[in-house]
Amino acid sequence: MSSTNKTEAENVVIRFSGDSGDGMQLTGTLFSNLSAILGNEILTFPDFPSEIRAPLGTLSGVSGFQVNLGASKIYTPGDDADVLIAMNPAALKMNYKSIKKNGIIIIDTDSFKKSDLDKANFTTENPFEELNISDSIQIIPVGLTSLTVAGLEGFEMDNKSVLRSKNMFALGLVCWLFNRPVDKAIDFLQTKFGKKQTILDANVKVLTDGFNYGHNLHLAVNTFLIDKSNEVVKGRYTSINGNKATAWGLIAAAEKAGLQLFLGSYPITPATDIMQELAKRKDLGVKVVQAEDEIAGITLALGASFAGSLAATSTSGPGLALKSEAIGLAVMAELPIVIVDVMRGGPSTGLPTKTEQTDLLQALYGRNGESPVVVIAASTPDDCFHYTYMASKIAVEHMTPVILITDTFIANGTSLWKLPKMADLPVIQPNLVTPDMEDVRVTSRDPESLARYWAIPGMEGFNQRNGGLEKDYITGAISSDPLNHQKMVDMRQAKINYISTKIPELMVEGDVDADTLVIGWGSTYGHLKTAVTNLAKAGEKVALAQFNYIHPLPKNTEEVILKYKNVLVCELNSGQFATYLRSKVPGNYKQYNKVQGQPFNVAELEEAILKAVNSL
Amino acid sequence: MESTIKQYTAKDFKSDQYVRWCPGCGDYALLNTLQKVLAEIGTDPKDVATISGIGCSSRLPYYISGYGFHTIHGRGAAVATGVKVANPKLTVWQITGDGDCLAIGGNHFIHSVRRNIDINVLIFNNQIYGLTKGQYSPTSKMGFISKSSPFGTVESPFRPAELTMGARGTFFARVLDVDLKSSQAAMAAAAAHKGTSIVECLVNCVIFNDGAHSFLAEKENRYDRVIILENGKPMIFGKNSDKGLIAEGFNLKVVTLGENGITEADLLVHDSKNKDFTLQMKLAQMEGPEFPVALGVIRNTESDTYDAAIEQQIAEIQAKSKIKCFDDLIDSCEQWEM
Repeated sequence: MSSTNKTEAENVVIRFSGDSGDGMQLTGTLFSNLSAILGNEILTFPDFPSEIRAPLGTLSGVSGFQVNLGASKIYTPGDDADVLIAMNPAALKMNYKSIKKNGIIIIDTDSFKKSDLDKANFTTENPFEELNISDSIQIIPVGLTSLTVAGLEGFEMDNKSVLRSKNMFALGLVCWLFNRPVDKAIDFLQTKFGKKQTILDANVKVLTDGFNYGHNLHLAVNTFLIDKSNEVVKGRYTSINGNKATAWGLIAAAEKAGLQLFLGSYPITPATDIMQELAKRKDLGVKVVQAEDEIAGITLALGASFAGSLAATSTSGPGLALKSEAIGLAVMAELPIVIVDVMRGGPSTGLPTKTEQTDLLQALYGRNGESPVVVIAASTPDDCFHYTYMASKIAVEHMTPVILITDTFIANGTSLWKLPKMADLPVIQPNLVTPDMEDVRVTSRDPESLARYWAIPGMEGFNQRNGGLEKDYITGAISSDPLNHQKMVDMRQAKINYISTKIPELMVEGDVDADTLVIGWGSTYGHLKTAVTNLAKAGEKVALAQFNYIHPLPKNTEEVILKYKNVLVCELNSGQFATYLRSKVPGNYKQYNKVQGQPFNVAELEEAILKAVNSL
Repeated sequence: MESTIKQYTAKDFKSDQYVRWCPGCGDYALLNTLQKVLAEIGTDPKDVATISGIGCSSRLPYYISGYGFHTIHGRGAAVATGVKVANPKLTVWQITGDGDCLAIGGNHFIHSVRRNIDINVLIFNNQIYGLTKGQYSPTSKMGFISKSSPFGTVESPFRPAELTMGARGTFFARVLDVDLKSSQAAMAAAAAHKGTSIVECLVNCVIFNDGAHSFLAEKENRYDRVIILENGKPMIFGKNSDKGLIAEGFNLKVVTLGENGITEADLLVHDSKNKDFTLQMKLAQMEGPEFPVALGVIRNTESDTYDAAIEQQIAEIQAKSKIKCFDDLIDSCEQWEM
């Protein structure tokens, strides 16, 4: 038995960090899934460079994976880490500022030699002193590389493969540190490497060695015990990232609507996984065309929409810019389409693998002409499923393009997801023509919702011509009549406004009767919720309203906002949602903005909110 | 419903819209020819989707009954691809022009040809931008004077045939607006061909580029200046059918039958089915006055189509997979009770 003490913790944040080829993403994923199976809440945040393999050991090549494990409900992947696994000096340098005061750093001593320190631009031989790392942080030096090599003696493997297994030693060590049995991790490895027996055996051996190393060395370290979360609603769960949840939301919506799913898309970081996930699903009849460019991605999808499919395209900010003319065509032709924008740092190529909320105004207004579309933003990796499903439902029921906004943070991050059943999902009724309808023109519409009736090529009796030219309200023939154009412009906006009667009202959380309302939208929910909850525990009165439906806004938006004396809009851009809100509900909005390619952290939000509260 | 096959006439493919091209525009003839071909192939108008981009020619879908979609500049090929892949049962025609197809839409054009989607593409090539009132296009000849090239262009034009074959196209035909019989035959062959069928339509713009093809179109001398190629037939042309083409080394040569002992047996026989496009490319590249311009079906080969291949892949995967619906997909993922 180990003589170490076990500390019970509510939640623990652990960060794996190394070269982009060190397998940190895999190690982190295995560890977080393992913890979820043992009953913990999990939220993860992979943070990696855009270079596939930057020069070994350099600062630009550091790849990180952070997971927050909770014995109760957690909303963020955590700010600072309790435990950092630094596979090399560069990883240490990139992460030392975000370690908790009493945290633990595990380093691979074999990669802390002079040459390694040089690559990370250290000027002395003691990186800890050089970085002025506090004594309260405990450093655990382990010869990860040499112990891995020793453990794999006798295995018929080349040197490169041996070295690549060292991430499993780290995983084993972490399993010991967190009192995680390794057998579950071995199950995972079997699924992953089942067909490659030697690699499987090697990984299992190294994993077990790592665990035993911690166990046997009687390291003078407190290990962590995180209880099962008792706040989880009972049921079947998996862990899912936002991109996969988005892809599955489209699949579910198409099946519910009785439509074929079609995706036209072009590879772009960080949205590509959506296309890849859907490309796997030929068994469900999903048609994916990898287009020649972003414009073809959406125009292929529009062709499919014209032909009666639930059509979608997935992209990121630069691609959304290229698609804007075609989105205008979808507005004009009143064809349903879901455009998924996984936001990344911009402008231009910007920061392809980092997160930002800077595409909001582009989504709302980035087209020629009066061109209203529905804009919806998801908040968490798992609710990407829900909001994608709702985006699809709105698109085919109201005959409009819908832009669904997610971002790198939730697209790559994972959370627990309670598995849905098709029968429990809301009904989707595409606004199709019915055989009994007579004299249906291309502009004929439902008198209440104003949704155009969808006639699909092949249907008898509804032959019609659609297009991007303005059409006569009644006959559907092309028209440049001034008053008709005004009427059509007004109708297209009214059609979108009507959707506000079909979406949930804005909910206020926290202290509803406070004077200060914090407003956020999309993926900042977890950080804002945690900050507001922490402030409430400290006796502060703060309310929180998080928007998912951006255009149209929930119909009680004005009523909610006007109730508060003090409104603070927090977002990861220079104030785009605040600008938009000022145009919809004029008022005096305070702002807290950050544009650093990183999510908020809870501490900075608490400070910003407190400042706003105290300004009253 | 009656089970007899309905006979269609060109009238069944006329929409209720007033045709708004300039009087004398070559597009009228091509519209009429297309309507005749649609009637001839006998597809129900409801199963015909006509897709276009932007430009004079791209107004054509408004004039065909059935389902039409007038989209945005250059993107017709991608939209048509989406329509056909989504529903391969539809007969899809893409109508485009030299600017729409080969300038702004060049990328979509070569990729739809490469994928071999089963669509029929009519490129109305008048070597000018008409709807924007007279700028040179990517098919305008070097030195062409237009509003945007007052001193003549300094760039080489595209030849649609070279792009089509360079992108591994399986079908290429060329027609002349005023030559109705050969136009109808070529469009019918395009409709019958499985894969991306490219038909370059040499068309006159009476306002901004009148007479662009007059050297060929001129009635008295037309058949001395064009050759209408037919698969399996010797390459004969001339108003008296007295001229022909022979191979001389790697080059083509115009000969006169009866001169220097040349008989029909010496002439090349057109093989549009040959997968090797070497000779077809030579024929497509012919220009006057030295050579006749080739009309008719120049290349017509078979290859798998993208849309059919996707359907086949789906059928194969569906036969093997245990995942039949969303609930099965959910059941298949790694999961645990909490």
